[in-house]
Amino acid sequence: MEFAELIKTPRVDGVVLRRPFLPTVEGTLCLTGHHLILSSRQDNTEELWLLHANIDAIEKRFVGSLGTIIVKCKDLRVIQLDIPGMEECLNIASSIEVLSTLDSVSLMYPLFYRPMFQVIEDGWKSFLPEDAFKDLESMTEEWRLSDVNKDYSVCSSYPPLVAVPKDVDDDTLRKAAAFRHGGRFPVLSYYHKKNGMVMMRSGQPLTGTNGRRCKEDEKLINATLRAGKRGYIIDTRTVSVAQQAKARGGGFESEANYPQWRRIHKAIERSSILQESLIKLVEACNDQSHSMDRWLSKLEASNWQTHVKEILTSACLAAQCIDREGASVLVHGTEGTDSTLQVTSLAQIILDPACRTIQGFQALVEREWLQAGHPFQQRCSQSAYSNSKPRCEAPVFLLFLDCVWQILRQFPCSFQFSQHFLVLLFEHTYASQFGTFMGNSASERSKLNLSQKTVSLWSWVNRPQEVERLSNPLYEANCLVIWPSVAPQSLLLWEGVFLRWKRSSRCLDEAYDEMVHIIQYNKELQNKVNNLRRQLAQLETEEPLLQTP
Amino acid sequence: VLHLVTTVEQVRLLERFSNKSTSGTLHLTATHLIFVESNNAATTILHHHIASVEKLSLTTSGCPLVIQCRNFRVVHFVVQRERDCHDIYSSLLRLLRPVSYDELYAFSYNPKQNEQQREEGWQLIDLGAEFERMGVPCDRWQLTDVNRDYKICETYPRDLYVPITASKPIIVGSSKFRSKGRFPVLTYFYQEKKAAVCRCSQPLSGFSARCLEDESMLQAISKANHNSRFVYVMDTRPKLNAMANRAAGKGYENEDNYSNIRFQFVGIENIHVMRTSLQKLLEVVGSRFLSVNDYLLGLESCGWLRHVKAVVDAAIFLTKAVTVEGASVLVHCSDGWDRTAQVCSLGALLMDPYYRTIKGFMVLIEKDWISFGHKFADRCDQLDGDPKEVSPVFTQFLECVWQLTEQFPQAFEFSEWLLLQIHEHVHSCQYGNFLANNQRLREELQLGDRTHSLWAFLLREQQNYLNPAYCPTYADAHPVLEPSTLPCHFKFWRNMYHQFDRSMHPRQSVLKNVLTLKESNCQLEDTIKDLETVSTCIKSNQILFKHGISPPTPDPQASPRAQRILPTDTERTVEGSSGTERKESYSDLQETYGAKAEPAVVSLEFGVARMTC
Repeated sequence: MEFAELIKTPRVDGVVLRRPFLPTVEGTLCLTGHHLILSSRQDNTEELWLLHANIDAIEKRFVGSLGTIIVKCKDLRVIQLDIPGMEECLNIASSIEVLSTLDSVSLMYPLFYRPMFQVIEDGWKSFLPEDAFKDLESMTEEWRLSDVNKDYSVCSSYPPLVAVPKDVDDDTLRKAAAFRHGGRFPVLSYYHKKNGMVMMRSGQPLTGTNGRRCKEDEKLINATLRAGKRGYIIDTRTVSVAQQAKARGGGFESEANYPQWRRIHKAIERSSILQESLIKLVEACNDQSHSMDRWLSKLEASNWQTHVKEILTSACLAAQCIDREGASVLVHGTEGTDSTLQVTSLAQIILDPACRTIQGFQALVEREWLQAGHPFQQRCSQSAYSNSKPRCEAPVFLLFLDCVWQILRQFPCSFQFSQHFLVLLFEHTYASQFGTFMGNSASERSKLNLSQKTVSLWSWVNRPQEVERLSNPLYEANCLVIWPSVAPQSLLLWEGVFLRWKRSSRCLDEAYDEMVHIIQYNKELQNKVNNLRRQLAQLETEEPLLQTP
Repeated sequence: VLHLVTTVEQVRLLERFSNKSTSGTLHLTATHLIFVESNNAATTILHHHIASVEKLSLTTSGCPLVIQCRNFRVVHFVVQRERDCHDIYSSLLRLLRPVSYDELYAFSYNPKQNEQQREEGWQLIDLGAEFERMGVPCDRWQLTDVNRDYKICETYPRDLYVPITASKPIIVGSSKFRSKGRFPVLTYFYQEKKAAVCRCSQPLSGFSARCLEDESMLQAISKANHNSRFVYVMDTRPKLNAMANRAAGKGYENEDNYSNIRFQFVGIENIHVMRTSLQKLLEVVGSRFLSVNDYLLGLESCGWLRHVKAVVDAAIFLTKAVTVEGASVLVHCSDGWDRTAQVCSLGALLMDPYYRTIKGFMVLIEKDWISFGHKFADRCDQLDGDPKEVSPVFTQFLECVWQLTEQFPQAFEFSEWLLLQIHEHVHSCQYGNFLANNQRLREELQLGDRTHSLWAFLLREQQNYLNPAYCPTYADAHPVLEPSTLPCHFKFWRNMYHQFDRSMHPRQSVLKNVLTLKESNCQLEDTIKDLETVSTCIKSNQILFKHGISPPTPDPQASPRAQRILPTDTERTVEGSSGTERKESYSDLQETYGAKAEPAVVSLEFGVARMTC
């Protein structure tokens, strides 16, 4: 299939573009295979380059022969195009509709994108499991890197290399995998250097209604416990949901078979409910009514903040078990690819200062989301505006980012990155020129050979200019565990994402710039003082007369 | 002098939002309640701050005593013996009910200042100069002496500004037709368009009464502005309330009688609604284990943010009428000292950048609240009075200002610390400024001679209240602020209503950090100057040697992030309070972990002990 076949009208003149906070632009609209472009062909006016992949939904309206297309983007922005001529408008609209919903992976933009910047460090090679394991090896000898999944045959959503207890052989892993949902046998997620406790994650055990057990699975997770110690299993489902899972072959670890483990059930909602929540939240934020009651009741009805609180609380609990109780933890829900990853990754943000750096956060996303098999493509193919029936879409990762933002708000000096980084990740998970978030697992990415055919987002992010843009000027490394408050009064609506297009951020940006200026000026002054003192010390040694009282 | 009233040992102080407690000794003095923990940490509460004391029924661990404060602190003591608890309770009840102003703390408070400093404190703010700054008197507005002896209106100040064409008979006639004699007077003059903001109380119009002098008064106000053929009359009440007032011989202006007005209701609820609303809000946010949904539903049903938005909306209406249309506006409610004060002062804050400075904000409060007779004594319950007169009208005004500072982070010279500190002292009765209900009473009490001024205290430590993002030139591009009125831009003011609940707040504060850096920048600049002087001197060391000057040692204080001294007279813990770990537990592990008692006690470094501020 050629893109040209899909583009009925490639060019229309006299189109008027209206966007939030920017002046109206009149110009020529062009459709390419991947972009919607509007250019006034004048200097100094910004052009619009919109990825079709970023378009979530469109609406058409006609007044006489003037057509209007409302374009609703996955980054939650809404723009309006006034197109003269009904036929042109209809053609453009239907082309956008088709181009923005192409299912074929081989037509996706990252495969066509050629970077306009110099790749200094190939992001595809920045965070290899082997390197991460070297760090672990420097702390403990109790773990090994297993290549039992090297051809993705044991678990299709796991990477080829996973960290497992040293004393457990690959055969045991294979058997344990057969006992876990999606073959996701328990693997190491995090090693807490301070006390040697660990966090593992997996899929649910397939106990079924008759309480099947698997000695190898038991052996595998018991191998992570110190003698006489107990561990916690955090099941991200409520007891009743976990019970119901038995009927479908799933289940949970029974006390009888896992006597050294205590199970705690938390209630993190599943994907379809989260998607619905996002849709309601965005609708509430876009409501033009000036009624306070209406806003608050819509915000409440969206349940978004409730999800944020639930996820954060579960992550805090996992961190509490590890750090305060000195116990190891296994986290799972049903598949182990959504709520499980929210909990394990956030617990690491809380516990591990390294995850709060720009590089460390990328490594965390790479390790706990991309390698761990979060199905990004399925989850992020539609955002809050789409009219089509949701399939597997869910803002699981966006909720994780929101939770990180909440912690960042509470510890504004403990993160090397600013919220810009979180917003950038949100944007790129939904539409991107980079291959990083394509596919649903390491195995899919490897089949598509993305590391060869596309550019990694990390290659872009780790350039010095971008690192600087994403940096938090207030950052001071904080080696401590950071416990966030999860009280509803402490949780805020993430304006940087949800109200971003409602109100110009100019005031806030300028205030932010002023703050950056104060901090930079402080550094300059300190350097100057140090230099002067050095010079002075030199002068004093040259002038011994001064030393006499 | 602290007279100890009573001391009780082995008292436990329960943490509000967790299961933790600390034990110590409770002391009562004539002015304060002091709880000293075994590690000598002290919690001090001024009696005037206490809104209510409640003795709950006896439990196995002792007798609970719950104290709610006007600065939104809630402390929960458990006293081992019931008799001791009763002692404290009855002593407090006695101490908490001052019947005369002389008993208030302001008359005994002695901050070790000499008389001259004290007197100068009272001269810091001069409202005559403030009207001059606005450009009044001028060819259309003049100072009138009709109220020199508080004869026309005893709740107004002595100095009042009226249109030049408003003769004394018109003023007197108009005042007789207005509730409490509060006739229309100038409160703000928008020089650019010569448009005036005037304030008054409701007319005594009943169903049909009219008053030619009052009509002439409004005519005079209208005539004083050539930009507009009419005056807006903003009745800040809901229409229903205003109509109900007609039955009592009061009411609102009939447009048929006042040819030159445009009448408008703006629907801000009365003091009783506001009191109940805030009470409900505090109940909601005070409950333990609050869910997000109950929190949001509570925010909605208590209506507090809706009321806050209504006040801001009214101020925006006023501002637009004055700055865009160039029309004069007359604002009133019933008595013209609650909603009217809110709307006039907030409107002025939107129109005039001066009021967004620290000094200007004090002037604004002095003018629209103190001098025009907002009944601070009644509203803040300074004396044992009618509980139905108590209402958080001024608190609500401070919150409106806070909402604006959130929307315009560069426009205000002060940070929310100033708002919190003013709120603290409106209720502390420690300074004379807010005592009593009006200027006449304040003069009778000789507050200027017998008490200290809060403004002097605040100005002395004003570096603590600075907003580091403030940009003085912001006002050049944005002289008039145009806030968004979308409901999503109004937020719950956690730092006010949870100001003593440490666990609710961010552990690190951007504000404190940047403020510290900014101060450090000034010190570094000085150090650089010193060092440069020294090195110049050394280079020409002969001169130096001759005079025997030794080089200045670099100031050790100039190290960055020097410890800030923040307002010290409270234990408020808004943001960035470090120290102890977060004490809340995210789940009751013991429930699931069988017999194990409380989660193991934690090492000291939780939370962020290594805070830099």
